[in-house]
Amino acid sequence: MTVQLLKGNVAIAEAAVRAGLEAYFGYPITPQTELLEHLSARMVELGRVFVQAESEVAAINMVYGAACTGVRTMTSSSSPGVSLMQEGLSYIAASEVPCVVVDMMRGGPGLGNIQPSQADYFQVTRSAGHGDYHPIVLAPASVQEAIDLTFLAFDLADQYRHVVLLVGDGLIGQMMEPAEMPEMRPIRPRPDWAITGAKGRSKHVITSINLTAEENEAANRRIQARLAVIRAREQRSVEHYIEGAKVLVIGFGTSGRVAQSAVKMAREAGIPVGLFRPVTLWPFPEDRLRALVDDGVEAIVVVEMNAGQMLEDVRLVVGREMPIALHSRLGGAVPLPEDILEDIVAVAQKLGLAGPETVR
Amino acid sequence: MQEEVIFAGFGGQGVLFAGQLLAYTAMDEGKHVTWIPSYGPEMRGGTANCTVVVSDEPIGSPLVSRPSIAVVFNNPSMIKYRDQVKPGGLLVVNISIVEATTRREDITILNIPATETANALGETRLTNMILMGAMLAARPVVSVETLRQTIIERLPKRRQDLLALNLEAITKGVELAQAQLVARA
Amino acid sequence: MTLHEDLVRTVVYQHPQALEAISTHYCPGCTHGIAHRLIAEVIDELGIQEQTILVAPVGCAVFAYDYLAVDGVEAAHGRAPAMATGIKRSLPDRIVFTYQGDGDLAAIGTAEIIHAAARGEHITTIFINNAIYGMTGGQMAPTSLPDQRTTSSPFGRNPAIAGNPIRMTELIAAIEGSAYVVRRSLHNVREIRKAKKAIKTAFRVQQAGLGFAMVELLSACPTNWGLSAPDALKWVEEHMVPYYPLGDYKVLDAVKALEDRE
Ligand SMILES: Cc1ncc(C[n+]2csc(CCOP(=O)(O)OP(=O)(O)O)c2C)c(N)n1
Repeated sequence: MTVQLLKGNVAIAEAAVRAGLEAYFGYPITPQTELLEHLSARMVELGRVFVQAESEVAAINMVYGAACTGVRTMTSSSSPGVSLMQEGLSYIAASEVPCVVVDMMRGGPGLGNIQPSQADYFQVTRSAGHGDYHPIVLAPASVQEAIDLTFLAFDLADQYRHVVLLVGDGLIGQMMEPAEMPEMRPIRPRPDWAITGAKGRSKHVITSINLTAEENEAANRRIQARLAVIRAREQRSVEHYIEGAKVLVIGFGTSGRVAQSAVKMAREAGIPVGLFRPVTLWPFPEDRLRALVDDGVEAIVVVEMNAGQMLEDVRLVVGREMPIALHSRLGGAVPLPEDILEDIVAVAQKLGLAGPETVR
Repeated sequence: MQEEVIFAGFGGQGVLFAGQLLAYTAMDEGKHVTWIPSYGPEMRGGTANCTVVVSDEPIGSPLVSRPSIAVVFNNPSMIKYRDQVKPGGLLVVNISIVEATTRREDITILNIPATETANALGETRLTNMILMGAMLAARPVVSVETLRQTIIERLPKRRQDLLALNLEAITKGVELAQAQLVARA
Repeated sequence: MTLHEDLVRTVVYQHPQALEAISTHYCPGCTHGIAHRLIAEVIDELGIQEQTILVAPVGCAVFAYDYLAVDGVEAAHGRAPAMATGIKRSLPDRIVFTYQGDGDLAAIGTAEIIHAAARGEHITTIFINNAIYGMTGGQMAPTSLPDQRTTSSPFGRNPAIAGNPIRMTELIAAIEGSAYVVRRSLHNVREIRKAKKAIKTAFRVQQAGLGFAMVELLSACPTNWGLSAPDALKWVEEHMVPYYPLGDYKVLDAVKALEDRE
């Protein structure tokens, strides 16, 4: 493997190809389109499936069909398109077939803009459609992590026969960074539950309808049992400057990355502050966060490019007493390290961890 | 060491390519680097810019409100970025087509007749290389030697005929900057 | 009156009242601006500026409401005919029109346009067919031609994989409920004049309550086609017109009667 300068969207697309993507369906939308464009060439060259669908509604249902046949399949979009996919995602989750969906979030609500945003946190972590389930949600903060998590996304989707969402924003998608691209993996064999034509075996049916409450409750229990396993096993997070941290800054994806600069500056000014960056948004890395809090964290600064959606998950973990400050940018605005630093200093001063003159 | 460089100008002036070349060079020197363009419909208005952050350490934010260096290829970019450069920073101006000026005394300003020089070399598209050379003469974000090496290795095959001219343009840029820096010293 | 005074008083050309006096964000050589102007002239001539409601699309014309001096709303991508239905049913005596690109109307919004036509919805649709997704930077559109290279059909559109271009005007003309469905082009002055006449008829069909009316306008996108403005107009004439023949595909007798009275 050699280090290359790679653009986030292209890196994810190429990583998907190398992770064994066999069928891609998508619809153009900024700031994700380079992903679709890259695959429009690569998939055709490799003799794999690429279809530009007539809409995101169609794209996700094409993915649904392909997933039923047991191939590795995915789609990619941005917020308004992911809204249109909600119905399909719910059917896929109910049918327990694996797929990967990339959401390069943009400023909403409505048409909003194409600037970086994290306002889909609820939309992707809470259910992604109607019914009662959580998809697995991965949030990279760099091009390298986007590549690594793309591979992981396909593996988790297969392992748990579940929907995996990879969420970033225009900043991750448009940025170029040095990164290493793993070698091409062979296409994995089709799983035995796939719909392939009932030749020499009894027929397979994949459906999401369960007419009676008893049947549907049983199906829901099965899904919930699987989610419980995912929740126990798959929490992931990254930490920086965590040694002796009394103030904990929490942010995912782009905000986590920007916050890291602020935390570094605060450490240089002698403030005992650390960064906790959730990598899985669902399951939320609650176990590690609880351990950190028990280890002496006295206050938290949450940094998000939304109005404080992840903050609700943080609150569930840390309880009512813990002071939490929110540094929130909305509608496509990206936080700046120096602004986050101000909030960190203010919190530290309240706790007596920084003098009034710190970082002026 | 961390430097944040904004390249800004019209689409077609090689603004994004200049940024990418700096990013490749930084990578070849083993540095941490991010490159991010302005993207979307705003591009079609005819202006383009990109931000390159080069650092010895992992990079947090790839976007900056106040760059340490701005390289402005056209007048609108000059107006947009002249006040944003950090005190102590560098402003490289394509004086061939930029009319706006600045009274700032807390930054280094290089007025480089890049488009004229490029035309004299017989190729307007060399404007970006001249400005790049000038920038590196005043602030060695990467070494000019690695930059040359990177160009030799990464210039696409179909552009190989321009290799010698590109290298010459960089040298010209360095010379133009040095003359100004020496005159001031 | 002297000859001189007469010359001064005969207005041969002026800025339409229904067109805001500002410059647009469209690229040089783009024909969206021409289409806007034609609509504004028709609105002026019919004297309906204060009754007209524009439903803008998602696409390069997303800001059409900034340029036309009428009430306007902005629909979700492809949903303009549904939104227009809601508006027209709530305000039956207003003139409601959608302005949509080919991605908006012929891909993501196919269901909405077909069903608005089938319901014989009393709305007018101006359909801009430029054979490309302009706003997102040049991907294949449902109307992109066979072999056309776009950023998402880099080897040229292969109908075996990417499907065939859709002729929307022919499709909608076949639907019971549509009253006036025609295709025009904006590639030269003669065609532009014909386009204006058709737009006027389409609005008059709505005024007369005759049913759904649509005018398709073959349009140029020099930026995303990678052509100069004049070459782009030539491309419309030489490549699009043969695939999308100009003409009247549905004109109810009642509409003909309207046209005759004109
Ligand atoms: C649900 C959804 N999907 C995708 C997009 C991105 N998008 C914006 S405009 C557009 C297509 C524009 O093409 P067209 O309708 O042909 O109009 P043009 O820009 O060429 O005038 C797309 C796909 C969106 N805004 N919403």
